Amino acid sequence: MEVSRHWRLKKQRYALEGEVCPHCHAKIFPPRDVCPDCGLDARTLYQFSGRGEVYSFAKVQDAPEAHSEQSPYTVALIRLEEGPLVTAQLTDIGDQPLEVGSPVEMVTRKLRSDGERGMLVYGYKFRPLLRPSI
Amino acid sequence: MNASQQDRLLKPMEEVGIVGYGAYIPRYRLPAKEVSRIWTDGEGGVPIVEKAVPGLDEDVITMSIEAARNALARAAIDPSEIRAVWVGSESHPYAVKPSSTVVAEAIGATPHTQAADWEFACKAGTEALQAAIGLVGSGMARYAMAIGMDTAQGRPGDALEYTTGAGGAAIILGPAKESMARFEGSYSYATDTPDFWRRSNETYPEHGERFTGEPAYFEHILTAAREIMKLTDTQSEDFAHVVFHQPNAKFPMRAGRMLGFKDEQIKTGLLVSLIGNTYAGSPMIGLSAVLDKGQPGDRVLLVSYGSGAGSDAFVLSLTDRLPALRDRAPRTQEYIDRRTEIDYATYARYRGKLALK
Repeated sequence: MEVSRHWRLKKQRYALEGEVCPHCHAKIFPPRDVCPDCGLDARTLYQFSGRGEVYSFAKVQDAPEAHSEQSPYTVALIRLEEGPLVTAQLTDIGDQPLEVGSPVEMVTRKLRSDGERGMLVYGYKFRPLLRPSI
Repeated sequence: MNASQQDRLLKPMEEVGIVGYGAYIPRYRLPAKEVSRIWTDGEGGVPIVEKAVPGLDEDVITMSIEAARNALARAAIDPSEIRAVWVGSESHPYAVKPSSTVVAEAIGATPHTQAADWEFACKAGTEALQAAIGLVGSGMARYAMAIGMDTAQGRPGDALEYTTGAGGAAIILGPAKESMARFEGSYSYATDTPDFWRRSNETYPEHGERFTGEPAYFEHILTAAREIMKLTDTQSEDFAHVVFHQPNAKFPMRAGRMLGFKDEQIKTGLLVSLIGNTYAGSPMIGLSAVLDKGQPGDRVLLVSYGSGAGSDAFVLSLTDRLPALRDRAPRTQEYIDRRTEIDYATYARYRGKLALK
């Protein structure tokens, strides 16, 4: 059972809630209570905008068991506009060409289910901008 | 009209309005002719052009979250001020465990809030809306959110398979003076009419075929519309737009004409031909399309229908605040235009119709 872990991670997973360092003002995601830049305590909550761009990406054809329901899918490194680099799936790509540097936005989607009877796990993915002009 | 009849008008102590709204429609489309290609050799007519289909990672919870975020973007309020997050659907992902708590958590409305899932076939969304008007109008809460969202189920080969779509909208209710649309009054009509149901643990619903028309949809929609117009002293020509529950394109057009509405009054909120019947989402997203295009001063009639059966009717008037707020989030049409066509095989996979073991 991973119920407690899913529960603990819900804020960062559903809404990209991270932290900001009160000393050097670095934005931190995922939250880890210690600033990776200056090494000091950093526990101030920070709401990321969800906007970023594709830093790198790869299509997964041979997915691990827990993710096979949604295979094939694309995994990317996303450079958030606030700085951090996060790993996430891309979704709703459709027939749009995907390139390094493509602007993306965060959406909350179903990541997987813990089997037929287990809980549904939701979290962030990124998709091409719905409104490219804004 | 005597005093006891006038009591049927639902009107809160304090005036309530819509302070935010947001739509969501998934990007995949299954053309109806693709369904007829599989099941009728492409012969015979089809009831709509195409329906919206959710992706593999979408369900009522994820779709509600996006609609709720769009509604919040327009309302520009602090989500922690929302005292109720209510999600109406007949496709809640869990049998037991609320959709609404996940939605409330994702939008930042937790923990000082109510959260509940509503059910009443296709009017679960407007049922939540009706209750939210009461919650805000009594002064219990400043803001409340009502969502109607569905990923409708249709048995492969059934007539419903052409139309069972996915989508819906979230509405934030608040004080009328802050609103983009004021409620002038509402009305509800319910009877025990067995036109459509799904038993526990069944994947697909059963329906009464032709029985779903006259004694069900038309009886409830027409009665609710006539009653609310009588109670608010309005006529069909007083409305710029009218939105009915839209299980197909024919029913709402026919109901509208029977009530004396012209096609121009119906068409802005009539989306079924391009997204399908979004069940609990259907009247809500029709309203969202009207709010996208309506002008200050326009009066709007909204009438839902839920099998089993009942209708909620609402009379709204759009305010001066609407035009400035509506572009803060994607319009309904932007979701309709974001479109990837899929074939029946892809649809069968996306909707879990392939048995893998």
